[in-house]
This record gives sequence, C-alpha cells and structure tokens, in this order.
Amino acid sequence: MEEVDVEPTTTLIPGVGLKQKHLGFEWGPGDILVYETNFRPAGERSGCPSVHVVRKDEDIYSPILRKLFNESHHIFVGLQNITEDVPSKNKKPQFVSISKNYRSVIRACMEELQHVAGVTCCAHLVLFVLRLHSQVSILLATELIWNLCEVLFIDAAPAGCLLLHLLDWVRLHKADVDEKAKEVLQSDSPTNHLAYWDVPSGTQTLTEFDMKWRHWHEECDRCLQDKSFASNPHLETICKILLGDEDAMLEHKELLGTWYHFLVSRLLFSHPTVKPAELHYYAKSSMDMFLDSRSVPEPLDSILLAAFEFDLHQVIKDCSIALNNWWFVAHLTDLLDHCKLLQSHNLHFGSNLREFLVLEYASGLVSHHSLWQLAVDYFDHCPEFGRVYLELQLERVPLETERKALKVLRICEQRHMTEQVRSICKIMAKRALSNNRLGSALSWSIRAKDAGFATLISERFLQDYCTRGSFSDLDLIDNLGPAMLLSDRLTFLGKYREFHRLYGENKFTEAGKLLLSLMTAKIAPRSFWMTLLTDALPLLEQKEVHIYTHTHTHTLSIKSCVFVCVFQGEDVETAKLELLRLALARNLAMAIVKEGTVEA
Amino acid sequence: MFVARSIAADHKDLIHDVSYDFHGRRMATCSSDQSVKVWDKSDSGEWHCTASWKTHSGSVWRVTWAHPEFGQVLASCSFDRTAAVWEEIVGESNDKQRGLSHWIKRTTLVDSRTSVTDVKFAPKHMGLVLATCSADGVVRIYEAPDVMNLSQWSLQHEISCKLSCSCISWNPSSSRAHPPMISVGSDDNNVTYSGKVQIYEYNENTRKYAKAETLMTVTDPVHDIAFAPNLGRSFHVLAIATKDVRIFKLVPLRRDSTTSSGPTKFEVQLLAQFDSHNSQVWRVSWNITSTLLASSGDDGCVRLWKANYMDNWKCTGILRGDGSPVNGSSVQGLALNTPGSSGAPTPQNSVAGAASAGRYETSKKTNSLSS
Repeated sequence: MEEVDVEPTTTLIPGVGLKQKHLGFEWGPGDILVYETNFRPAGERSGCPSVHVVRKDEDIYSPILRKLFNESHHIFVGLQNITEDVPSKNKKPQFVSISKNYRSVIRACMEELQHVAGVTCCAHLVLFVLRLHSQVSILLATELIWNLCEVLFIDAAPAGCLLLHLLDWVRLHKADVDEKAKEVLQSDSPTNHLAYWDVPSGTQTLTEFDMKWRHWHEECDRCLQDKSFASNPHLETICKILLGDEDAMLEHKELLGTWYHFLVSRLLFSHPTVKPAELHYYAKSSMDMFLDSRSVPEPLDSILLAAFEFDLHQVIKDCSIALNNWWFVAHLTDLLDHCKLLQSHNLHFGSNLREFLVLEYASGLVSHHSLWQLAVDYFDHCPEFGRVYLELQLERVPLETERKALKVLRICEQRHMTEQVRSICKIMAKRALSNNRLGSALSWSIRAKDAGFATLISERFLQDYCTRGSFSDLDLIDNLGPAMLLSDRLTFLGKYREFHRLYGENKFTEAGKLLLSLMTAKIAPRSFWMTLLTDALPLLEQKEVHIYTHTHTHTLSIKSCVFVCVFQGEDVETAKLELLRLALARNLAMAIVKEGTVEA
Repeated sequence: MFVARSIAADHKDLIHDVSYDFHGRRMATCSSDQSVKVWDKSDSGEWHCTASWKTHSGSVWRVTWAHPEFGQVLASCSFDRTAAVWEEIVGESNDKQRGLSHWIKRTTLVDSRTSVTDVKFAPKHMGLVLATCSADGVVRIYEAPDVMNLSQWSLQHEISCKLSCSCISWNPSSSRAHPPMISVGSDDNNVTYSGKVQIYEYNENTRKYAKAETLMTVTDPVHDIAFAPNLGRSFHVLAIATKDVRIFKLVPLRRDSTTSSGPTKFEVQLLAQFDSHNSQVWRVSWNITSTLLASSGDDGCVRLWKANYMDNWKCTGILRGDGSPVNGSSVQGLALNTPGSSGAPTPQNSVAGAASAGRYETSKKTNSLSS
C-alpha cells in the first residue's frame, strides 16, 4: 500500500517578507511565533517588525464544539473501562451502543451549531455564520462516515440486514439534507410493496426471502413488458425503478442527490440480499455511473468508497488528511481497536496507530485553559507513551493561581510523578519567596521536600524575628508537625517558636528545658546563640519557680563561656553578658542551696 | 493554520531571537537595537511589554529563559563579545499596577574574544548551568553554585572546538543512563571537509567534557542545532540546520568493561534529510513532545516536519510571508480562517468544500443567505 504524498498547505503571513526575506520562529503552547528577520549577519536591516502568533486548530476555542469534546471524553473513558473478561463478540451490542452515543453527541453539536447559525443575523457576522455552516457540514460528513463504519464494521450486519441498515443510513442523512426530498422519497417509497419484507424479525431465512423477492421481481417485470403501465408514464417510471433500472433512476438524479443514495436504491431494487463482500463492486460502479466523467471524486467520496471496500486503514488515513483536527479519527480508531477490528484488518501496527492518534488528539487539547484536564485521561490510556507525554505536558501547564497549581499537583501525585511534584512545588516556592511571601514559600518547600530551600526560608524567618522581634505566619510554624524534620534550621525555627509559645503560656519549666535542649542539640545557628542566652536570662531570674537545676545552670555557664570565647573581639553586648554572668551565678547559688536542703 | 494575532514588537532594528518562557506566558525578544524586551500574556491572550532595556553594546543574537525553578532569569549573548544574566526584581506596588517590572544584570561573562553566537541553559537537573559558544571556537560552561546569589558564576569548563561555533544544544534527557551532553555546530567557512557537528559528553570520573562524536557527514556550515526532547528513549535525536535539514539518530553503544572509561560511543543513523528549502537552512527547533520539527530557510519559509506512526517524515505545513507591505492597523483580535488566506485550497476544507458544491447543504443555509 503506497503512501500518497499530500501537498502541505501553505499559510501566508500578511505584511511579512517585503523588507527582510527570512522568517524567524519560536514554538509555543498551541501556537508558533513568527517574525521577519535576516539570519545573515551582514544583511540589510530595518526596524519595527511585528511578531505574529500562528495557530493551527481553532476548534478547541469554539464554545459549542467544547460540548463535543467534553461529552465524547466521557464516552471514551467509559469505553476504556469495559472489562476484558467478556469475549469481544459478546460485547458487540455494547460497542454498537457506544458508537451510537458518539454519533448522538455529534448530532447534538450539529443541531446547536445550526441553531446558532440560524439566529445570528448581524450583517458583520457573515463570516462567522459561514464558518458555522462550514463546521456543520464537516460534522455532517463526520457523522455520515461514522454511521457507515458502524453499519459495516462494528455492527457488521450480514446479508439481508445489511441493506436495511444501509437504507436507514441513507434515509437518516437524506432527511438531514433536504426536507423536500424526504417527502418525495416517502411518496415514492416502495413501502407499499414491502409487505413481503419482514426479514429482520427472522421469521424467514434469507433464502426464503430471496425466493419471494425474485418472484415479486418477475411479476413486476411482466407487468412492465405487458405495457400495463403504458398509459401512465409516471407509473411506468416507478415500475422501472422498482425493477432496478439504473437509467430510470439516474434520470432522477436530483432526487437521489448522492451516489451512495443511488447505490442503496440500486441494491434495494436489484440486489436486496447483497453480501458485505460484494458491496465494493456496486459502490464503485454506482459512483462511476452517478458522477459525471468530468467531476473528480471529493475526499468524502473516497472515504465512503474505502469503507465500502472494507479498507479500514484507508478510511482512517483519508479522514486524518481531510479533517482539521484529530477528534474524529482518534475516537473512531479507538473504538475500532476495542472491537479488535484493527488486528483483523491486518494492521499489525494497529494499536500503535490507535495510540498515535489518541496522543495527537490529546496533545491538541493541552494548550486550552480548561480542556487540558480532559487530555489527562486520554494520556492515561496510552500504554506506551502516554505517561511520558503527560509528564512533559503537565510540567508546562501554567500555574497562574495556587488553586490551579494544586489541581495539577493532585494529578501528578495520583500518578506518582514525584519529579513533577517536586518541580511544581519548587517553582511555587521560588515565586512566593521572590514576592516575599515567606509562609507560602515555606509550605511549598516542605511539599517539595526541598531541604535546602526550607533552610533558606527558615533563616529568613529567623532574620525577620531578629529585626522585628516577632514571627510572621505563626499558624504555619506552629503546625509544622513532622515536616519540621526536613531541615535542621527548620527544626530549630519550629522549636524556637514553641519555646516562645510555652513562655507566653507561663509554662516556664517546659520552656526552660526546651531552651536548654536547643542549645545543647547544636542546631541553633551561631547568630542566634546570644539571643538564646538572653532568652535564658528571665528564666534564671525567676524567684518563685525554680527552673534550672544546678546541672542546668552549669551547662548554661559553659555555654556562655563558649559563647564569649567564640565571639571574643566581635561586637558583643558586654552589658548583657555581664547580666548573664550575674544571673548564672545567682541561679547556681540558689540551686545548690535548694538541692542541698532536705525537704522536711 | 492562521495568524491569530500580531504584536507590534517596537524594536528599532532587526529582531534576532524570540524566546518563550517555560510555561508560555512570557516572551523575550532581542534585537540589533541592543535591547531585550520582555512581554507578558494576559488572561485574555493579549501581550503587553512589561520591560525593555539596553543589554549590550552590540547586536543581541540570542535570548533564553532559565527554568522557573530558578526564578525569573534570562540570559543574552551579543556581538559585543559578552553574555549576560538578568534577573527580574519584584518592584514597588505602583510598578506592578502599571504593569512594569525591573530586570537587573546579575553578571557579565567576558571570557570570549569574539562575538558570542549562542547561549543556552542546561537542563534543570544539572543545577543552574549555562553554556555559551563563540566565533573564537570555544564553548564555555558556567555554573552558579548558589542559586540564591546569581551574581556568582564560575567558569567550569572551556571546550576548544577548533572551529568557529555558531550554535549549541544541550541534550534535555535527565535519565541517569545519560551523562550531560552538549552538541556544537560550526559555520566555519575556512575549513572544508571536516565534520561541523561535535558532541561532547561529561565524564563523572575525569569531571571533564570529552568529545564523544563528530558527525563527519555534515561538512557544510551549520547554522542551528537542536536535540529533541527525550521521551524516555534510550537513543538521542538531533536536528541540524545546514544546507538542508537533517535529523540524526544517535544510539549509545553498549560498552564492555575495558572501555568503560572515555565517552560513550554512538551508532549514528540519518533518519531524514530534507532539501525543500532549496537553500541554506538557518534555524531548527522541536516542539515540546518532539513530534514536530520546524525549520526556517533562505527561501523565506518556515516548514513543519512530522513523522507518522510508521516513522516516515513528511512536510505537513509551510509558513511564508506574503510579501505585502505592513498594513497600518495592528490586529489583536482573532482572524477567522478564511480559505482565501491560504495559497492553495486547504485539504481540511475539502470535506466542507463539498458544502459549497451544494451537495451537503442544509436547508437553513439557503435560507440565511437569501435573506
């Protein structure tokens, strides 16, 4: 099977190319930027060029089509969840039902587009209305193709039923297209003669029916030959048509409208028991007979013909080329894959084809501000590349608000995409820090499990405390819980705040013990030692409550000595230090006395 | 495809580079007018210039964004032999209201003796690392060890390529199986018959970059080079802009224990070659998922290349200026997809084209047009 090279389309950028001959570009989310430039450095130069935003698919921005995307997403997800344990052939009714669901979604969308086109009557919206009509035509064609695929491939009606389904198919679409034609069709309807036609109920076999039909056909023919209708040319024509006279039918081309209507009529009147395998012969000849030798078959005709020839691959390929977005081929191919039809049609790359198309479709949704969420489910059901595509795309979702960031995070966390989680949290933390929102920065750092950043932010908190004398974001720091252990500095921050809290609640003994442990645990930053020792002062001075035992005081003394040694020569508040020494001495004395005294 | 919007860039001279930030909400442009402009996209999709400042004393060739994990950081390189790193400072509240922001220079990298032709940040997993290449044939790799202090950058590696360099591309793969890798393209006209694409790989043991591969089949000047996003594959894909567009596949060869030191050996395959531009190709760039490659050439076209599910590459679209003078009004609204704007009848309308042939018309259409 040869790959036909389709000429790529050229899009012209207005106002570009006159002064400078090169076109620079840059890929963006859902678009490509282009600008006039000159890549040869010594080239002639000029200023004030524009940057043009070029987009490919505008359908995702249509509010009416959005329903199509949303509802078909729902059907798609439902289809993926059909269990594997039931063998495919038993699932046929389910698949047919799903196919009909897809089609009803298309029809609903089409009806709404028609409605809007009908009520829009402003003169300057003519282009808009034309576009709506164009979209309706495309959806019409889409549904036509889908319906035929459902009849031929999914429902796979055998001879007998096949024609009836095809009749329904043609009638449905004829009714869409021309109300008048519908009336005429009904008046010309062979239903009067369909008394013989109770085939679907299965009350008679195909052969029985075939015999009866031939008998009837012979009778009709005899009537015609007998010139029974000679007096009435109209009736004669009808009789000819009923006998399957192609020329007679072709005389009324305008009533038939399309070659496939002609095809079905032909089959109805001359080969009602047509088998699926015979279809392609009649289809090709009908098309040839119906179309002028001058007119070239249009893409829709080729697609339908390929369907009648049961060439699934050609149908999918031609639809991919003819239709602007991937919606149709992705969903249809996915359904056909579930029906296990791609394999049976010798498409060894069948499931690859399905995944390729679904990935294409989903990638097109990602740049949309709300439809991107639908894309997630499509990626989830692409076993080979879905995950890596999703990782790449989720990373790029703009995080305009915290709420959106949390939404993206939830999706990543559900799928254990730890690197993406870390990265998103880090981006949010950095952004918060740049805007001086320390509390937010800290909580994002904790969520990112970024010890380095948490340390940095804790330092900032502590610096703030030193300058202002109070903490910000108390709620956050008070409720750190085990997250506190992420970094030493963070632990210190949390514990130091706890010390202040205890002190504020007059729980001096606990506060004192905590303060001491902070000093001995060596997690206090050097810059804080003086502060800690100063904090100890009032505790040492407490007369009523005895906080520090002599061991504690001993420890404190050592600490303060160390402090002095380390900071010797630096700018240290000597007055404070003196006070501290005095307090330590007094405390030690009290401790010795108290501990030495035996309680009577 | 259609032009959705046009932004009046307002540079006083040629624009040499346009760069989207990671999330596609901001854009930077640089020009021969020696300035860089930063643009922000509003929720309604309109672009506003939030900063414009002189960055160099010569034409600015390229501008690029660091990963947002490092904050709002830009790097630029210029004919003035320097590259610079810029950081956005959150300004006063009245600045914000006026929609302005300030960018300050964090460092100037002055090691090059000639025009600096490209500047690219390394993948984020390597930290805040930057590479530049110059006409003097040297690739320089800098690192900022403290991401909170962007004024401290150290020159970590100097790679002498022996040919005047025009472009660099980092391999974006963060897989542990792939050590850091950078490709360098040369547009050197003086030395013919030597491979103009070199690939260097970082060695954990020697802690140096060593040459892993020279693409000997690329002997014409190379103007641009781009690694494709990795997608978890074991092999690498590299696109090259030279006298045509070429796509190479580099497959790391399994090494036995005796050759475990030294750079990876590769099997090099040519995946595709397109000469549709009929002339020099100046730029190549991949989209995010590496499903589409865009190239720009002397024929004034941007071409889009795509591989189908059978891995056959084809041109799927062309963008070209129409050569008309710029019209006065700037179009910020949505342009409708009118068939007339394309050079040829567009295939995507051919299904609908039948509508105009009257065969699939709805009755309503006839009514509305006749009213």
